[in-house]
Amino acid sequence: MQTPAPFEYERASSVDDALALLDRHGPEARLVAGGHSLLPMMKLRLARPEVLIDINDLADDLGYIKLDGSEIAIGAMTRHAELLDSPLLAEHYAIFADAERVIADPVVRNRGTIGGSFCQADPSEDLAAVGSALGASLVVRSAGGSRTVAAREFHSGPYETVVGDAEILTEIRVPLRPGAGSAYEKVERRVGDWAIAAAGAFVALDGDTVADVGIGLTAVGAAHFCAPAAEDGLRGQPATEENLAAAAAAAADATNPAADQRGPEDYKRHLAGELTLRALRRSVARARGEGA
Amino acid sequence: MQVTMTVNGEEVTRDVEPRLLLVHFVRDHLGLTGTHWGCDTSNCGACVLWMDGEPVKSCTVLAAMAAGRTIRTVEDLDSGGELDPIQQGFMECHGLQCGFCTPGMLMTSRALLDANPDPSEAEIREAISGQFCRCTGYENIVRSVRWAAEHPDGSAGDAAPADEGEEVSA
Repeated sequence: MQTPAPFEYERASSVDDALALLDRHGPEARLVAGGHSLLPMMKLRLARPEVLIDINDLADDLGYIKLDGSEIAIGAMTRHAELLDSPLLAEHYAIFADAERVIADPVVRNRGTIGGSFCQADPSEDLAAVGSALGASLVVRSAGGSRTVAAREFHSGPYETVVGDAEILTEIRVPLRPGAGSAYEKVERRVGDWAIAAAGAFVALDGDTVADVGIGLTAVGAAHFCAPAAEDGLRGQPATEENLAAAAAAAADATNPAADQRGPEDYKRHLAGELTLRALRRSVARARGEGA
Repeated sequence: MQVTMTVNGEEVTRDVEPRLLLVHFVRDHLGLTGTHWGCDTSNCGACVLWMDGEPVKSCTVLAAMAAGRTIRTVEDLDSGGELDPIQQGFMECHGLQCGFCTPGMLMTSRALLDANPDPSEAEIREAISGQFCRCTGYENIVRSVRWAAEHPDGSAGDAAPADEGEEVSA
């Protein structure tokens, strides 16, 4: 039987309450949302918080997907199932449904949250690649107020973020790009598994020219889950197969994969390039209104 | 700590350790052993029950996190001895062999049919994709769920022999 080590349980009733509890219990306290990453790690004693602060009662306050000015605002307690089913996200960014469809399984998606996914900071996290591809920003609150961090500056290492001990991620913001297409491509060993490699992209076209592009990568050791050089090379160029392939090759060069039970380095680097190419192709097709 | 929640329509209160998992709470503290305890890693889905109306893997929820919420387990599917159509479907179409995965499959399938009364085979396979069956190869489970979709009010079990041929080939 796998059982976590003993801990003290607290339940937060509001964001302010969660912040007060974090302040009171110090650095050995952890927030738990869906719990589908943290609890398994606690069972394996890879994580051993002294205090667990349950924030599921914040789901009403922090569970939303809405338009807010020129951005889409997503509350940190929004569950994966809600992201997958959101008409607003489907209208603006197909990449979300592409990615959510291959994150874990439907029952797990009833519990896991977008905020938990970012804060867990797994190096194979799909939503981290989505956030980097889209140039999302993350709103982090503390007792003193809020600060906004770019998704590409949010992760400070594997399982590490810039969120401080007495801070809480409350919102993910994605800039609107009318007419842009986006897509997510992942290869995994079996349904619901972590990626062997995955790539996400958005492309905004001006005629046949790539006006703007974002590329996100996960599970392949790309710094901050992104490939800026590949984006810079494609921006302003015609959206031809040759140019997309060159960007995909540059994205593969941005990776630093580690060999493990999911495959050797060369295979993962190859996948990163190929999946980036597919994500770019699909983004361009969607931007042109060519569907799927 | 003390937790109070509603389980199968009844309010229950127990003293538990904060680290107690919901699957062990319902099995060991309430004696509801219909919910099975499988992989411990939220992969196999044997422990699926409903929390606030949604299927969840109870090996990855703390009993403390379920406090104040509404739990429904497989024991609550029948009403007064009358099987739920999904349970009948598993009988009619041989949706189980060893039965270990069955409670979780039933709870997930019931939730699917409540949300989508006429699911396609692909939708059924997607809904149960987080649950392992090592006996049936899933074929008979998919048929069982389709049977329940086609018999939303259930039907007499004694009609089974006549139906069997066409159900299997459906």
